[in-house]
Amino acid sequence: MKLMHGWLALQAITGREVHKFVRQPGRLASSLVRPLLWMVVFAAGFRQMPDLGNVIPFDPNLDYRLYMVPGLAMMVCLFNGMQSSLAMVYDREMGVMRLLLTAPLPRDYLLACKLASGAFLSLLQALAYMAIVVVWGIGLSPWQVLISLPILLAGALMISAFGLVLSVYIRQLENFAGTMNFVIFPMFFLSSALYPIQRMHDAGAEWIYRVAMFNPFTHAVEAMLGVVIVSTIVFYMIAAAGYDPQRGLVKNARGG
Amino acid sequence: MSSLFPDPLIISELRKSFGERHAVNGVSFSVGASEFVALLGPNGAGKSTLFQMLSGLFVPDSGTASVTGFDIGKEPIAALARLGIVFQQPALDLDLTVEANLRFQTDLHGIPRSEARQRITYWLQRFGLTERAAEPCRQLSGGTRRKVELARALLSQPQLLLMDEATVGIDPASRNAILNDVKTLCREQAMGVLWATHLVDEAEAADRIIVMAEGTVRFTGTPKELIKLDGHKNLTEAFLHLTRKEARA
Repeated sequence: MKLMHGWLALQAITGREVHKFVRQPGRLASSLVRPLLWMVVFAAGFRQMPDLGNVIPFDPNLDYRLYMVPGLAMMVCLFNGMQSSLAMVYDREMGVMRLLLTAPLPRDYLLACKLASGAFLSLLQALAYMAIVVVWGIGLSPWQVLISLPILLAGALMISAFGLVLSVYIRQLENFAGTMNFVIFPMFFLSSALYPIQRMHDAGAEWIYRVAMFNPFTHAVEAMLGVVIVSTIVFYMIAAAGYDPQRGLVKNARGG
Repeated sequence: MSSLFPDPLIISELRKSFGERHAVNGVSFSVGASEFVALLGPNGAGKSTLFQMLSGLFVPDSGTASVTGFDIGKEPIAALARLGIVFQQPALDLDLTVEANLRFQTDLHGIPRSEARQRITYWLQRFGLTERAAEPCRQLSGGTRRKVELARALLSQPQLLLMDEATVGIDPASRNAILNDVKTLCREQAMGVLWATHLVDEAEAADRIIVMAEGTVRFTGTPKELIKLDGHKNLTEAFLHLTRKEARA
């Protein structure tokens, strides 16, 4: 396989998915409304309930809505990943899959292109969601979004890959409701998306805790939470150092 | 097989079973350059299974098939690069424009964009589709969609064109037009054409007819030879006679 050939094929496959997505503004809207509903409506009442404070490493004053961001960003990826997997089923039924499989390219590579295009769309949607949160002004900084980008991408790829596996086993198109019930909801709820999984343990729901620990979605959320927390600490330290008149940036700036 | 210019298609003892059913049961034949071969058989004769194996979608249980000398099982990428396929089931992305569908194919075949543009322009013009290039395929009639699919299969300049019951569900006029187009192109591009059909009149125009029934080849020869066989009056009669179940004995 020549490099240019591979690149053209990747462009074609991704371009087709993006083109389709752009033509369905409702899909973008719903992918944004969903997490925002959780953040605005669900969190309106629920933000008083979870006690994040004494689970290390959470700041007791952390805004619950901010806690939700990684989980919801991953949920955006999860929905898109499942939609991509259904698009594969659709392609299979519509014959486009045959066209792909009879292209003079290694089959694995074509699958990888599909994976990449699904993850790329997930990433776009999750970024759009996070951009809204940044503008909303509840304390998410653009830097945090930027730093979490690699993890978001890794999570999106993981979910896309999982979606590809599902697309092998989903026989009919009408199965989105089933996917919701049996894939999206369990993955989302059995994770630390809504509250630290330590809480499941504390509440004595041991097997739920174990399942959640086993759930790759949990780890994607945790990794992003980690970035949010670590970068918060890093930013805080930089800021604190900056305000230290002894050796900080502010002094240097003034001195220079 | 080891000649300098191997035939576009050489099939040798190809077999495929689904459980107890032998869909393709030891089929051998070849298609030469500039040769238009009709693969005639009733529904369920194994034509589609054969085509699936030729396009690399199914793996044969035994036997080989090679496209211009490249074994579809061992060197699928080289074989597929020389193969143009029009599937039995339409395989257009209906939401994309005609041009976008064609470009999707040139990209998948790794044809550089500038070269691709020229070829797309050429084939659109050739099939009288230039004015419809920017229309989504959903707006096209069945016959026109087939033309787009034919144009798409030709973009990679294949040496072998597989037409899998490509005229099913199309009105007679469009059917004839496509048949004639393919016959002309077969000569002009010096490509081999394997045209699967269950319609006897489509086979009349072929250089050679291969009659297939119940997974095996029942006859190979020119349309005239087929009629002469057992002294039938016309192709249909000869075909029906050959594919009757009793004909096995």
